[in-house]
Amino acid sequence: MSAGAGAVSAPRVARPSRKRPSVVTVYRWELRKLRAQKRTYLGLGAAALVPMIFVIALLSSSGGPDEVPFGNLVRETGLAVPLVGLLFSSVWLFPLITALVAGDIVAAEDNHGTLKTILTRSTERWQIFVAKLLAALSYTFVALVIFVAVGLLAGCAFWGFDPLTSLSGTPISPGRGMALIAASTLAYFVPMMAITAVAFLLSTVTHNSAAAVVGTLILSFVMQLLAIMSGLDWMRPYLLSEQFDAWQGLLRDPVDWTPIGHAVWVSALYAVPAVAWAFVSFVRRDVAD
Amino acid sequence: MSEADQPAIEARGLVKRYGRITAVDEVDLTVSPGDVYGYLGPNGAGKTTTLRMALGLIRPDAGSVKLFGRDPLLEGIRALEGVAGFVEAPRFYPYLNGRCNLELVAALDGDGAATRIDEALDIVELSDRARDRVGGYSHGMRQRLGIAGALLRDPKLLILDEPATGLDPAGMRDMRLLIRRLADEGMTVLLSSHLMAEVEELCDRVVILGRGRVRYEGSLDELIATTGGRYELRTTDDDRAAQIATVQPGIGDVTRAGARGLTFTADEPAATALSVALGEAGVGIAALVPRTATLEELFLRMTEDDAGLRDGGLHAALAEQPVEVRA
Repeated sequence: MSAGAGAVSAPRVARPSRKRPSVVTVYRWELRKLRAQKRTYLGLGAAALVPMIFVIALLSSSGGPDEVPFGNLVRETGLAVPLVGLLFSSVWLFPLITALVAGDIVAAEDNHGTLKTILTRSTERWQIFVAKLLAALSYTFVALVIFVAVGLLAGCAFWGFDPLTSLSGTPISPGRGMALIAASTLAYFVPMMAITAVAFLLSTVTHNSAAAVVGTLILSFVMQLLAIMSGLDWMRPYLLSEQFDAWQGLLRDPVDWTPIGHAVWVSALYAVPAVAWAFVSFVRRDVAD
Repeated sequence: MSEADQPAIEARGLVKRYGRITAVDEVDLTVSPGDVYGYLGPNGAGKTTTLRMALGLIRPDAGSVKLFGRDPLLEGIRALEGVAGFVEAPRFYPYLNGRCNLELVAALDGDGAATRIDEALDIVELSDRARDRVGGYSHGMRQRLGIAGALLRDPKLLILDEPATGLDPAGMRDMRLLIRRLADEGMTVLLSSHLMAEVEELCDRVVILGRGRVRYEGSLDELIATTGGRYELRTTDDDRAAQIATVQPGIGDVTRAGARGLTFTADEPAATALSVALGEAGVGIAALVPRTATLEELFLRMTEDDAGLRDGGLHAALAEQPVEVRA
C-alpha cells in the first residue's frame, strides 16, 4: 500500500446529507450480480434446453401427449408446442428454476458475508429488499419468456406457423395465437410470482441457499401431491400448483377470465404473506455473521 | 450541539445478550473527533459485537450508541453518514472483480463515491489486480480492498476491525502508515486490534474490554504512566552507584539487576538529582531510562483471567519476557 500516495480528503465538518441511491440503482446492481453467477445461466439454460428436448422427443417418436390440452396439436402447429410445454413444466421445472435464484438471492449474501458490506453503505434495508425481490421476479420472468420463445421457435421450425384450435374447438389465427401465447405467459407468471415469493422468504429466513431451494421444491411437490388426493378435492382450488393451468381460460372462445382472476387472488394469498414475512425478517434482523 | 461537536462514537450502557451469555455488558465509551482510538480485548470480549451495534448491524438489548450524535437504531443509514469501515474481515462478492465490487458499493453509497475508485485502488495498491475476481484474492488483498471500499465513503470516522490481519510485515507497516496519515488528516479512527505494537504506535486513547465489560478507557499515555516511576540504571561502577542511590533522597527500592545494572523507584526530579550525584562521584552513566510496562503487559494483566490463562504458560512466558525500556 502506498501510505504516502495521493491524498484522501477527510472532511472535518458536518456536510449536507448524501444523495442516496434509488431502488432502481440497487436493482440494476442485483441484476448485474445475477449476470455474474453461474446458477443464473444454469436456470436460464434449463429454460432453453427443456423445450428443445421436448421437440426432439416429439420428432423421434410418433406418439404424442394426447391426454393434455393442445397435446393433439403439437405436430400440426408450432404454436401448440410452448403451451404443452407450460403444462408439463409446472410440476418441477419452473419451481426449480425459480428457486435456484429466488432461494439464493438473500441467502447468498449470508453465505458470502456480504450483507454487512451492503447494509453499512447509504442504502436503506427496504431498498435492498425491494431490489432483490424485483431482481428475483425479473429472472423468473426472463426464464419463462425464454422457455416459451424457444418452444415457439423450435415448434414453428418443425411444424409450421399454422392456426391453432381453441379449447372450445374454434380456429385461432396464427397472429391471434401469438397474442394469446403472450397473454398465457403472463397468466402463467402469476403463480410463478408466488413461488418466487415463497423461495425468497425461505432464502431470507433460513439464510441458507440449499435449504431455500429444497424447501421450495418440497412445497411444490407437496401441493402436487395434495392435488391428486381424492379426499382433498375441496383444497384443490386453493393450491398454488393448480393455478398454473389458469392460462387455459384465455384459449377458450369466448375467453374465460374466471380462472385467471382466481389464480390472481390465490397466488396473492401465498405471495403477500410470504413477502411481508420476508420483509419484516430482513429489515429487523441482526446481521451477526 | 452541532454535528461537528458531537463525539464520533458515544456508547452508553450498551448491552447485548445471546441467550444466557452477555456479550457486551454496560459498555460506555466516547470516541472524540480526531481520536485514534484503540479497541482492545481478547477473543470473545465483545469488541466485534460492539462494533456491529455501532454500525447498526445488530440491535442492542439495552443502552445506545450514537455516531456523531445519531443513533443507527433510530436513524438507520443516516447515522452512518461520514462513517465507514468493516467488522471482522471485509467481505466482497467473489464472482465479481475488485473494481466491480468497489463500483457496487460506490453505487450503494451514491454521492460521487464512484469517482474515488481509482484513487482508492491506488492507495491500497490494487490497481493492477482490480480486474481480477475477488475469489482469487489473498486475505491481505481483501483487507486492502476493504480499506479501499471504506475510503470511497470519504469518511470522518473509520472503523477498522483487525485491519492488519493477514498482511505481510511490509503490508502491516504500510497499513499503519496509511492509518497514521488518515489520522493526521483529521480522520477519527476506531482501531480494533490484537497487535499491541500497532495500537501503541497509532492510538492516543484505548479501551480495554474483558468479558464484555470495559476494564480501562482513557489515554494510552496515562495507562502506561500508571506503571511508571521505576528506572533502570547502568553505570561504569554499579556497586558504587547502588551505594549512592541508596542514600539519595527520593530514591527507593534499589535493586541490583545483574548485567542490566540496577533498578530503583523515583520521581523524575529525584532521578535527575541522582544522575548529578553520580556524576559528581565520578561514576559514568551508561544508561538511565524510565522502565514502564508495555501495553501488551497491561493488556494481559487486565484480561488474562477472562481468557482462562491464569494457569497456562503465558504467566511464565510473561515473567521471562524482556521488559521493554521506554525512553
